[in-house]
Amino acid sequence: MESKINQYSYQLKIFNSLFIIFWLLISIFPFVWTFWGSFKVKADFFSRSDWWNAIYGLNTIIETGGRYTFEAYINSWTEGEFWRAARNTIIVTVSVVTISLFLGTLGAYALSRSTYKYTFWILIAALVFRAMPHITLVSGYLFPFFQLKIWGILPTTIIVLVAINQPFTLWLLYSFFKTVPKELDESALIDGCSYFQAFRHIIMPVMWPGVITAGLFSLMLAYNDFTVTALLLNQQNYTMVPKINAFLGTIEHSGNYMWAVSSVVSATAPLFMIVMFFQRNLISGLTTGAIKG
Amino acid sequence: MPHKTFFWFFLPSGLAMLFFIGLPIFSSLFQSLHIETEQILIEVETCDPFGCEMEVQVDQEATSKLRDEKPMGKFNGLDTYKDRNHLAFSELGEAWDQKTSFKNFISILLNLPFYKSLLFTLTFCFTVTPFVIVLGFFVALSLNVLSKSIKGPLIFGSILPMIVTPLIGSLVLFWMIDAQGILGATLQYIFNDPNLSLKSSKNLTWMMLIIYGIWHNTPFAFIVFYAGLQTVPQDPVEAAIIDGASRSQRVRFIVLPHLYPVATFIALICLMDNFRVLEPILGFSAEGVAQSLSWMIYQDLRNETKMLFGSAGATSMLTIIGVGILLTPVLIRTWKEFRTER
Repeated sequence: MESKINQYSYQLKIFNSLFIIFWLLISIFPFVWTFWGSFKVKADFFSRSDWWNAIYGLNTIIETGGRYTFEAYINSWTEGEFWRAARNTIIVTVSVVTISLFLGTLGAYALSRSTYKYTFWILIAALVFRAMPHITLVSGYLFPFFQLKIWGILPTTIIVLVAINQPFTLWLLYSFFKTVPKELDESALIDGCSYFQAFRHIIMPVMWPGVITAGLFSLMLAYNDFTVTALLLNQQNYTMVPKINAFLGTIEHSGNYMWAVSSVVSATAPLFMIVMFFQRNLISGLTTGAIKG
Repeated sequence: MPHKTFFWFFLPSGLAMLFFIGLPIFSSLFQSLHIETEQILIEVETCDPFGCEMEVQVDQEATSKLRDEKPMGKFNGLDTYKDRNHLAFSELGEAWDQKTSFKNFISILLNLPFYKSLLFTLTFCFTVTPFVIVLGFFVALSLNVLSKSIKGPLIFGSILPMIVTPLIGSLVLFWMIDAQGILGATLQYIFNDPNLSLKSSKNLTWMMLIIYGIWHNTPFAFIVFYAGLQTVPQDPVEAAIIDGASRSQRVRFIVLPHLYPVATFIALICLMDNFRVLEPILGFSAEGVAQSLSWMIYQDLRNETKMLFGSAGATSMLTIIGVGILLTPVLIRTWKEFRTER
């Protein structure tokens, strides 16, 4: 049946394949190019004379003796203290994912099981909160945080990212819990469980697919965030993304471009691995709310 | 679920949102109504072997004392909103009175920082979104007919631009499109113009940012369309095949109408997310010719000498109003969905 529906002419098939190849080229090539270039010296990657230098590594051979160099990686991780940024990113990401899943599952479970009207308003409020540009929130944080002297440290950023992440997590898990049959936990309630016990013993064992999806999105938000981390952390506590921005330098003093290039690769690679592993969850999460029968 | 149980279940999540999303909005509003205290200047006589001179200096002690007393600054009402960097009412009034032509007025209007940023933000939103929808639809349609075995890796390849953070994504593109990068150099070669640089012209920079926006947002549209395609009912499609409809006719008359709600969903999310465009401008170092509303706030908060909380707050409030306008259709849609569910 499947083959019959997808039957179409030969020309269309060719056009189709060409289009896919074209799109994949656009979407993948920039990363491949950056990856390749990160093992060259600056004179090759940003070649004034000829970009073939970036492929053959003419200047890399002249400067380092080999066709590939790990210099940018070694220097950015040690001298540039990228290790510190990587460590901070791990701390922030792990904490944000754990805390926001903990808060999110409890909240979303309650929202999905309550029949009162205020759940609707809470969900609408969450939708409005989700749409707030992060920079407008940051402009609201800075002054109070300075006054309370909690600016610049990791715990503040973690809790802020958890909060920013809550609306989306709530919506995602709310839609997920709606698909878990009510009868499951209701029967437990009739048998004398409290709501919390029902959640602990009946819902928790079946909620992992939804939780993994929500966790993946929290992870991407925390890992990728620039606005909050760049403005709420001090230089010492920078995570990877603001650190890369700092490597680029300012107008006053030029940064170290190759450090930025190698750090981009260092920061992107783990994320790609994770997404490759959890691709299915990512897709199911993106489509919740969009498709309804 | 009884109210009390609901309360305890929801409390942690609710508190987090209240304190770190709800309150900051009010904090921004409060800041926008205040202005930083000015520095207190005093005249001091400085003497050196060549004589004495009167000099104006900042009275550090008095200034810091005043700042400690009133950290928020002094109340300023709506003046920050009306100043030149925001709505610029007086400048606009003047320009309107003195205008030689309507075109002239528009050019004055678009030279004011706020309106300039608004124009870019809106242009970015409304140019990127249609392209994203069309491109995403075609990618989804093309990928959908491939065999299952190769679909997985291809989907992974297709969504890469969306996974990376906008700053990294724009940097990766920028390094290629820079005059010394592979694409920039190729363009120079094609157009035979060694001075061609995408950075140098305003239009080219805007185009570059928009292309980046399309690149970054298409995977999202693609994924949602792709999921939508899985739900297309097969019976009408089969009936259409029997009736002799070609593939393009099937797509046009069966698939497209089915995906129409999905397309509006993508459009709304896309508009909302692109309204906060900031990182690409930094990544492409395009601050000179393209500013967005978010960028204005960022700049106020990044100010080297003194953070301009008042100005940032005012821009934030105006941005939130903008988001509110874009959000209305989404809210109405959600409202209707809830109505039908009950």
